Formats: sequence, C-alpha cells, structure tokens
Amino acid sequence: MTKPESEWTWKELPVGNVVLEPGNASQYRTGDWKTLKPVLKKELCIHCGLCYIFCPDMAYSLDKEGYFIADLFYCKGCGICSKECPTGAISMVLDGEEK
Amino acid sequence: MTENLNVFAVRTLTQKEYFAPGHRACQGCAEALAVRLVAKALGRNVIIANATGCMEIVSSHLTFTSWRVPWFHVAFENTAAVASGIEAALKVLMRKGRIPYKKIVTLAMAGDGGTADIGLQALSGAFERGHNFIYICTDNEAYMNTGIQRSSSTPFGAATTTSPVGKIQMGQITWKKNMPAIAVAHDIPYVATACPSYPIDLVQKVKKAAEIEGPAYIHILSVCPTGWRSAPELSIKLGRLAVETGVFPLYEVEKGRYRLNIDFPKLKPIKEYLKLQGRFRHLTDDMIGGIEKRVQKEYEELKEKTG
Amino acid sequence: MGKRVGMEVSVAAAEAVKQANVDVISAYPITPQTHIVEHLSELVANGELDAEFFCVESEHSALSVCVGAEATGARSFTCTSSQGLALMSEITYIASALRLPIVMIIANRTLSAPLSIWNDHSDAMSIRDCGWIQFFVENGQEVYDHVFISYRLGEDREVLLPVIINMDGFILSHVIEPFEMIEQEKIDQFLPPYQPLYRLHPDRPVTMGAFALPSIFAETKKAQEVAIRSSIPKILDVWKAFGEMTGRYYHPIETYRIEDAETLLVTMGSFSETASVAVDEMREKGRSVGLVKIRLWRPFPFEAFKKATLQAKQLVVIDRAVSVGGPGGPVASEVKAALYGYDSRPSVYNFVAGISGRDVSPSDFIKMVDKAEIEIEEGNKEGYELYGVRE
Repeated sequence: MTKPESEWTWKELPVGNVVLEPGNASQYRTGDWKTLKPVLKKELCIHCGLCYIFCPDMAYSLDKEGYFIADLFYCKGCGICSKECPTGAISMVLDGEEK
Repeated sequence: MTENLNVFAVRTLTQKEYFAPGHRACQGCAEALAVRLVAKALGRNVIIANATGCMEIVSSHLTFTSWRVPWFHVAFENTAAVASGIEAALKVLMRKGRIPYKKIVTLAMAGDGGTADIGLQALSGAFERGHNFIYICTDNEAYMNTGIQRSSSTPFGAATTTSPVGKIQMGQITWKKNMPAIAVAHDIPYVATACPSYPIDLVQKVKKAAEIEGPAYIHILSVCPTGWRSAPELSIKLGRLAVETGVFPLYEVEKGRYRLNIDFPKLKPIKEYLKLQGRFRHLTDDMIGGIEKRVQKEYEELKEKTG
Repeated sequence: MGKRVGMEVSVAAAEAVKQANVDVISAYPITPQTHIVEHLSELVANGELDAEFFCVESEHSALSVCVGAEATGARSFTCTSSQGLALMSEITYIASALRLPIVMIIANRTLSAPLSIWNDHSDAMSIRDCGWIQFFVENGQEVYDHVFISYRLGEDREVLLPVIINMDGFILSHVIEPFEMIEQEKIDQFLPPYQPLYRLHPDRPVTMGAFALPSIFAETKKAQEVAIRSSIPKILDVWKAFGEMTGRYYHPIETYRIEDAETLLVTMGSFSETASVAVDEMREKGRSVGLVKIRLWRPFPFEAFKKATLQAKQLVVIDRAVSVGGPGGPVASEVKAALYGYDSRPSVYNFVAGISGRDVSPSDFIKMVDKAEIEIEEGNKEGYELYGVRE
C-alpha cells in the first residue's frame, strides 16, 4: 500500500520524483463516485464481452462461470455497459438500492 | 492468449490491463477507454511519452501512477521530440551493446491541443526526421483538461468556454483542422483514424502501426461527456454516430494510398449526432444544413482518394 | 602528456563531445554556437562519432530530445546561445527537476531586442534559477576539459544533475587557441559509461514526470535544493581527480594576486584573463589590487567566495549582463547577498561592461577600478553603473 502523498517526507521521495510502483493508483476507490451501479440479469447475458471491452475504468472481469462482472470498487456508474449491452442484460440502479 | 489480427472477438484480446483502474478520468470518458485499448494493443514492451493533458493528469499524480509500462511526461508541446529522444536512445544503446536487443515500441500520446496546436512543430520535425515511433492523438476536440477551451480541432459551431455562444458569435467559427491530412502530407508510411467505439479496429490499427518501420500516426476520436455536454452512457454511441454520419470517417493511408475501413451506402443525418451533445444545442437548422453539406462533400472527396 | 594542437575552440568542444562517447546529440544552429554543431555533423558523417545526431527543428525540441534520450539511459549533449536558450528555458527547469545529467555548452550571446549576435552573459543570467550546475570558463582548454568533468560530475549517483558550460560567444567560440588533447584511454578511465539510477525500460516500468499536488510539491523542491547544494564536495572531488589526470586543477573561485589586496576585481568568464593583465599593470604601479574569478556559478560557492573576499576593503564587481530595473548587475547582486550577513564586509561597486561583445581592455579595467575607488572614498552607497556608454 502506498501512503498518501501528503504523508511523504522529502527524504522519502525517489530521485527525480520517479514513481517506482507500477499501477499503484489502483488502490484508489473510484467506486465512491457513482450514483448508479450496474446490475446483471444473468439469464439475458450472451457472454459477448462488450461490457468488458467498453468500460473506461477496467471494472469488468471474467468470473469462473464465464460472466463478466463489474468490480464496484472501481465502477464509476457511467452506464456505458448498460447502454451497449445488446440484450439489455445490464440495468443501472441507484447505488444502495436492490433492483 | 493468442493475438490474431484477423479475429474479431473481444475475448481474444489480452486480458491484461497496462493502464490500471483507479484513474481519475470522468465517468464515461472515451479517451480513457482509447488509452486503455492502445495499452492493450501494445503490451508491455513499450515506452510512452505523454503530453500534458487529461490523460496525463488523471493517471499520474505523485506519488501514484496508473501506468504499468514505462511512461514519461515532460511538457505540453514536445511529446514528439521527447519520443524522438527515447527512440534514438534505444537505437544507439542497442547498437553499442549497452542494452540487450529487444523490440520496444516508442509511443507518443497527446491530445488535440498538444498535437494540432502547440505540438505541431515538434510533430512535424519528428515526422521529417523519420523516427521509428507511433504518434497517437486522442482528440476530444478542445482543451478539456483546462476547462473546455477551443482548439483548432474543435468542430465548427461547437460551444466551448473560449468560443461561447453569444449575441454576435455562436460557437467555433472555423472548421476543424485536418490533422490526418497534415500527417499524410509529411509522407510517412502509415496514417489512420480510429475510434474506441470500434475497439477491434482500433487495436488492429495500433498493432499495425507497431510493425511499421518509421513514423506512424493514429488520430483517435475521443468522446468527452463533460466537454461535449453529453450523457456519460452515450460515449460509445456518439463515437459510432460520428463515424456513421461521416463526421469522423475511419480510414487508413498506407504509403500514400487511402483505404476507407467502413463505408456506408447512405450517411446518417448529422442531426442524430449533434442533438445528443449540449455543445451544439444552439445550432439553427441552417447552420446544421451547412455543416452537413460540408461533411458530405469531404466524405465524397475522401472516397475519391480511395480510388 | 597529450597532443598539443592549435584548434578553434568550437571544434575542440566538438572533439571533446566525441571523446566523451556521447550517445545522443541534438541541436539547432544559432550564432555563435554553429561551429560546434557543424563539426559534430562532420564527425558523424565520417563515421568518427558513433552517436545519434539530429539537427532538430527548434532549440525547445533539441533539449526535449536530450531529455527523452537521457531518461532512457543515453548520454546526451546539446548546445545553444541567447534566443535558443530562451526558447528552451521551459525545459531547462524540467530537466534539472527530473535529475537528468545532460551536458549543454552555451556560447553566451546577448538576448534580443535589439538582435545582436555578440557576447554577453544575459542569456545565462536568464536561467540562473533553472537548477543546473553552471560553470563559466575562461579559455578554450577549459571548455574542452569541462565536457569530461561535467559528464563525470552530472552522472555521479550522488549528484544526478544536468550541467551547463558557459563560454563567451565569438570571444572563445571562434578563436584558435592552444589545446592539450587528452589521450582517449585516459578519458575512458576518467569517464566510464553512463549507468542511470532509473531508466525508461519495460523490464522495470517506472513513471517519470508525474504532477505534484501542493501537499507534496514543497518536498520535491527541497529534495532538489539539497541535491544541488550538496553537490559542491563532489564538484571539488571531480576537479581534483581531473587535476591528478592532467595537471590542470580547477577551483570554484580562483584568485590572482589577492594577498594583502585592498581592492579586488570580481569577474566571470573570458574577460577574467584580461582583468589579470590589468591587475599586473596596477600592481607594477604599486596599487593594492587583486582579482577574484568565479568559475562555479551554480551552486554558488559561498564558502570559497567569502574566504577570498571578506578581508578586502572593496570589491569592484564587473558584470557582463544587465538586470534591467534591478538592484545592479546579477553577479553583484549575488555577491552582496552572499556577504550581507557579515558585520565586517567589503564595499561593493558594480560596473556592467562588455555588453553585446563590446571590448573590455586592460585599460578599461584600470579605469573602472579608479572610478570605483574614488566613488567609494566619496561615500557613494549605490555603486552601480553601465561602463562606457556614450552620453
């Protein structure tokens, strides 16, 4: 875990302010930004992967059963996956509410 | 996972993400999606020089980075020059045996402002010198990161904060600068336009550019819901409409020979594209008619070039 | 003992770049730096220099190419003057904060307007705070020597800072001077290949050039400040090692006949040699005058400067640039700042001379010392004038 930048001392900074840990921004929870969250109706899913390929936040990954599931830690609730899903299997609901 | 240029299934793309989640791009940012796809296309053996702009800001605030590949930001206007330096260093260090020989792609990425405006000189120089690199312009049609100011890539009529809608002027008064044509005029081996709404096409073009010896230029239309005042869930649909209405045709120019990647028997009416964006909401029917005429004319001229 | 030749200083500078095994060279032509780039292109065209050489489309791109190359681990070089330096100035600040040990020769030339191709220090002064280590050399041999010194110093893991070698345009760049060329084997031993601390390479992906929020920016600046200030011992070490190799020892402040001198001339750059002739003439007439020459401009060598000057009664600082609207010439301002904290310190009288290549002869130096001594005697507290301007 990289600590927040406001806690670093000048001596701790690498020379030239190089960031040495690749991809460490992934510890930031962008999922807090959302108002709506995607909910999948598995019976409508045809496993096309468009939700996965069109997500600007890389929130989707393949689960063991072959369904693409959104990681709500990152999902910003933009609704692209729901809009692009060819079978309408994904609906956007208010975060905190069950469908 | 094998990567095959001729396959069209999404699932055959690498599952690895070289651009990590947790970046600070807006909801529905198609530029972030474009960058994600470019990173997937190139894999780990790449060095990226990035201009100041949206993608730089959302991905690299000290002490964090969204990048899982080597990445360098210097300034706004010199991305092509920095990439030239990276390419030259790799070449000479491998030639002198100081680093082992390995195919490493040099990629320069900048927005429309950093390419067509302030970055044009460095780009022109890098093209003329013939460096072996890919230059990708992610075009969201304004200086979005600084607050949606107009650039030379802002389309005619679009409202931005420096081409606002007022009593005597309504939006951008000049036509969008044709950057791909400028790239073609430099006689480089490969120029292409792409859009993340057509993800496989984009990935294939980037992979093709990586195989080219010499400079390659790819101009990617990046829908920006914040700046275009469109709903975030429409970012993919808008990109598709841009192509289907002829506003942003997808084509390639290999060694000067044009090829249209998708041709439509009839272009969709431009109103379908414009009405979904708040930045065009002030346009009168006359203005829309004028825009449509010019778009269609340019589309015809492009088709003629494909012979 | 190396070969002794007569060579144009620019050509010798280019030869030094070749002998230093530089990997990437990118530059844009501007008078009076052109002979350096021209000779470098000849060396490349003849296969004598195995480097990637680019005559790029602007100075801004020239330094940007060096930044990209250096970050990838290649030893890089560029050179410029005046307007070119002004154009690339944005990147100079970036290169030093990124800690990339590029070496740049500036053939000092005045900044426009009016356009002028002749020498003064206004270009170097415009980037005083850019964070590079900066030397001012006096003659051709020093230019040649400092190419090797600068790479060895800049690339040291405890320094990792870019270095500027300031040489007066035309006065040095275009004259033929005697050189002792150093044998290649000695240089190879003195200057091993560059081993970067961090480099851009897929085997170890790093992010360079991230932006900093207010909550961390001050820490990054402190780190940079400490780095340049604590490089002084390393500078002295490298100069010592160089001296042991060649017999030529350099120091941050050099003094000439300062023992028991009441008045000290303070100069920087090539007219230091002219000033030493003036000092000899004045000493022959029994005047108590000496010369203090600043060779290390950044980081400013406070200790060495105080040691050389505190005991004098007055300093006559000759600047070669105007700080327009400011408190005197740049060097004089810094000299005064360096000595301010001391209760017992010399008076400072400041002349700006030699602007845009106007000759400064030994008799000019004598006239300036005469004038300064009289003015200080009469209680003039302001002590600043542009020398030799026709009223």
